[in-house]
Amino acid sequence: MALNREHDLHRRRLGRNMGLGLVLGALVLMIFGLSIVKMSRLEEGKLPASQETSQ
Amino acid sequence: MSDFTAIEQSREAGFGDYVQLLKPRVMSLVVFTAMVGLVVAPQPVHPYVAFVSILLIALGGGASGALNMWYDADIDRVMRRTMGRPIPSGRVSEGEALGLGLGLSGLSCLMLGLAANWFAAAFLAFTIFFYVVIYTMWLKRLTPQNIVIGGAAGAFPPMIGWAVATGGVSVESILMFALIFMWTPPHFWALALFMKDDYSRAGVPMLTVTHGRAATRRHILVYTVLLVPVAFALAFSSIGGPVTLLAAVILNAMFLRGAWAIRQRDEAEAEADGYRIEKSFFKLSLAYLFAHFGALLVDASLRSFGVGGWGWL
Repeated sequence: MALNREHDLHRRRLGRNMGLGLVLGALVLMIFGLSIVKMSRLEEGKLPASQETSQ
Repeated sequence: MSDFTAIEQSREAGFGDYVQLLKPRVMSLVVFTAMVGLVVAPQPVHPYVAFVSILLIALGGGASGALNMWYDADIDRVMRRTMGRPIPSGRVSEGEALGLGLGLSGLSCLMLGLAANWFAAAFLAFTIFFYVVIYTMWLKRLTPQNIVIGGAAGAFPPMIGWAVATGGVSVESILMFALIFMWTPPHFWALALFMKDDYSRAGVPMLTVTHGRAATRRHILVYTVLLVPVAFALAFSSIGGPVTLLAAVILNAMFLRGAWAIRQRDEAEAEADGYRIEKSFFKLSLAYLFAHFGALLVDASLRSFGVGGWGWL
């Protein structure tokens, strides 16, 4: 019996890979957004006291 | 057996199975309480930094959930409530859960340090350590007070949220911690009363197993009584206000009434009505916590318009 291309196993793997891709994409966007916010606040000199220690 | 049947029988994990490892329902409580801790703090936080920080605290909470499922796979297989989880059902291997948990723990703490401050990051790391090592590996299988001490892990998120904003700890954040800490035992013991066979079959020394069900009913009442002053102290603190006080009066009255009803019953009565009172007390306990923290949020919003808190009265 030939394996169907649309077997449940393939669907699960596709879902997993798509999910991982989306998570990694979101991580990249999140870090990019953080960089923008941090840099703009540094320029404005608005970094709160609690965050000065992490710089 | 042909190759085809071998593939049919394999339980390949889907993306949702890995999400399940992070205990999304527990994460919702972590997200909400951490958000309240962050919002009610006196220092403002950039909305994007606040959003990312809450996301990372939730991710850290999820990571500790995955590590908990990795370590507790043996008892999860025995308990009815947990046998459908990804590891006991064979969809995810124990090694995968360990890897995911460790990876997300490191990522969430490191990113929180970069996004907010290193105190908050260290606090998140300590919370993960406390939940996984102190509670899951050590206390859970050792003492019937497991829930009492282990409850601290679930009580830390509002303190982490507060630390994201302020970079430290204060009386207000300790009171938020204390509210969840004192709320946890009645919440879980009510669950243990109606999930009767689960913990004894798994050999987990829950109070119901070691001290009996009558003692558990007494303990629920005692901890509920001890919870009341904490709730009122929070309401009268600088982050509380009239809304929190009103919520404390109503919720604690309902909670005390429920705990008293549980105390007055014996097993025969509970069996007869299918643990109706215990189940409704458990549901009420969830509403209790969400409503309490929701009230803090309302008071903080009112304060921003100059009408909340105790200062304007």
